Amino acid sequence: MSAILPPPERVWWKQPLDRVELIWIVVALIWCLIMFFMMPFWHIYGQQNLSNEAYRSRPEDFMKKTDDMIAKYKVREEGPDNLKVPVVRPPAGSDVYLIARLWSWHPMLELEAGKSYRIHLMSMDWLHGFSLQPENINIQVHPGYEHVLTVTPTNPGTYAIICNEYCGINHHTMSSRLYVVK
Amino acid sequence: MAVNRMFRTCPASGLVFHEPAEKLMRWNAVAAVVSLLVGGLLAIGVVLTRWQAVHLLPPDLFYQVLTAHGLNMLVFWIIFFEIAILYFASSTLLKARLATPMMAWAGFWLMVLGALINNYSVFRGDSSVMFTSYAPMGAHPTFYLGLILFAVGALIACFVFFGTLVVAKAERTYQGSVPLVTFGAITAGIIAVFTIAAGAIILIPTFLWSVGLVDHIDSLMYRTVWWAFGHSSQQINVAAHVSVWYAVAAIVFGAKPLSEKVSRTAFLLYILFLQLASAHHLLADPGLTSNWKIFNTSYAMSLAVLASMVHGLTVPGAIEVAQRQKGYNQGLFEWLRKAPWGNPVFSSMFISLIGFGFLGGISGVMMGTEQLNLIIHNTIYVPGHFHATVVVGTTLAFMGLTYFLIPVVFRRELAFPGMAKWQPYVFGLGMSAVSLFLMGAGTLGVPRRHWDISFAGNAFPHEFPGAAWLMMALAGITGLVAIVGGGMYLLITVYSVFLGKKITTPEFKHVRAKDGVAPAAAPQPVGAALTGHGSIGAMGMVAPGTFALAMVFLVSFVLYYFINWKYLSTIWPLK
Repeated sequence: MSAILPPPERVWWKQPLDRVELIWIVVALIWCLIMFFMMPFWHIYGQQNLSNEAYRSRPEDFMKKTDDMIAKYKVREEGPDNLKVPVVRPPAGSDVYLIARLWSWHPMLELEAGKSYRIHLMSMDWLHGFSLQPENINIQVHPGYEHVLTVTPTNPGTYAIICNEYCGINHHTMSSRLYVVK
Repeated sequence: MAVNRMFRTCPASGLVFHEPAEKLMRWNAVAAVVSLLVGGLLAIGVVLTRWQAVHLLPPDLFYQVLTAHGLNMLVFWIIFFEIAILYFASSTLLKARLATPMMAWAGFWLMVLGALINNYSVFRGDSSVMFTSYAPMGAHPTFYLGLILFAVGALIACFVFFGTLVVAKAERTYQGSVPLVTFGAITAGIIAVFTIAAGAIILIPTFLWSVGLVDHIDSLMYRTVWWAFGHSSQQINVAAHVSVWYAVAAIVFGAKPLSEKVSRTAFLLYILFLQLASAHHLLADPGLTSNWKIFNTSYAMSLAVLASMVHGLTVPGAIEVAQRQKGYNQGLFEWLRKAPWGNPVFSSMFISLIGFGFLGGISGVMMGTEQLNLIIHNTIYVPGHFHATVVVGTTLAFMGLTYFLIPVVFRRELAFPGMAKWQPYVFGLGMSAVSLFLMGAGTLGVPRRHWDISFAGNAFPHEFPGAAWLMMALAGITGLVAIVGGGMYLLITVYSVFLGKKITTPEFKHVRAKDGVAPAAAPQPVGAALTGHGSIGAMGMVAPGTFALAMVFLVSFVLYYFINWKYLSTIWPLK
């Protein structure tokens, strides 16, 4: 007569459903379907979708592309003397490279508000987490997978990129900036 | 063939225990509680470090303690306890002898050995790789070896469980179908088998890589296969603690499932779909298409979510029906008001149900939605979510079951009954608050597994808003409350088991298996059995109060879901 005893009716699957269960199952199923349709819906009508574009890439190739970009578009350096980080200001619509490695982001980017950029993200070593604050955009960064995101910054300001995938003893020191200018 | 047929009937509960099975349940439960003690001590370090005003541990020790906390809680405590539940749901509920007790012991000692070796590797200090141990970050080979041995032991235990089902069927120790709780345990056992298989597929190559025999582990492959293991193991927990909910409803109220068909189908949905839902851990990863992500996380996960929503209705619904039949039939909620809130077996179960549904369930669906994951992935929202599911949900349900098992299996009176009355509230509400505050901090971007969100001494620090700091501090304070609640549980159980007053039964005797079997239930007249639950309830429903609660749940769910989409729509456009 209870859940810890065998069902008393041998043909328990023929017991009719009570209204409470039936209504709830229908309501819950409809809600689950709505939640399912929200995802394709947002792919068509929404603005925030993670890119499917990714390539296998070797660290040295990615490093070279990043260095070429820095050589072309570097505008200044920032940080203490022993830890200068180049700041690049690539033209709108261009391919921008951002390296994640133990334990820094390289280089620092300066982007124009309202313009789109193709940001290539890749790790040189372990897993890292791209976390843009305070926007709170969070993306996994893998070694060997070059992820290409088309990003359109909205408001000008100074943003932070922190690492939110644990990457060893200095994980918490892995932070950088991203500037958005008018 | 010498088969041990020693049985005893528990005078308090009427349950029939096979002695070798009972001993295994006791030892597995003790190993579980020891793991909980270790994990709980480590939790103090985690809580007091992430509370920035205290910031207790240095970074190396923090990451080490966090790794050990995750493993001891999420793996060792829960799985040892689940093995005890599997033996209970098979041998005890079916009144059958346990298949191959020697193999069960071999499995148990392998699990103990694995847990010790894994803890050894973490406490050495060179394996602070977190519970997830994402390659190519490497741990000491003993880290993987310990987990592999533990998993092999658990797999043996699963097969002993399945063997016991076969024994029960062959020896006709029950009539008709297995009880619902056993059915739920079978669900957990089946999920455990393919979970452990996925674990073997990823951990064995990683172990070989750590000793230099394999030269490359792809990070995306690792994450994909690892989560087939890591998330599915949480589904074992869900199936197990839902079974415990049904068991407690039956034990405390004599509650009968609203309908066997619905509850069993819901368990079946877990088996079919939860595994695919593991893909929601990869929503923010490159190299996988949106089609793959959406198929696995929405089509599949929604059906698993549906199953949990069904259990969320049928468990309290069954309690409501049982209470109404006892005469608590006034209004919508008399059945709930008159529930035994001072009985820790019930209060644990009910807080577990509400916390799992409202906090863990709803937040889990947010994280499992492809686009919403962008604003949640790897923030401290994630630990907020799983402390609601695995701690408030699973751990608290298991704690409640322990209060039932101490007199029944350990044959000791529960020590400190006054404290036991309060323990579920202190632990359950403390931990629910931790979950809420962590989710709040995560919404503000605070990362998980991070030693210092002040970025002190950093050239390019990020300054989190004051609200985020406040949330982390509140999570610290309520975390201490939850730790006190956990300490109360440990004190009560350890004291009861070792020093509690022995329950002696004068007429206690061992009986043969066949004699130990309760008389078979007389088949009910077909008409009576199939007409439902009589004239209780209101609005044509047997459980209108539960339905009202379910509607409150649905409204919270819908509102919070669209609030998150609104929040998402304000961030930078991405494609």
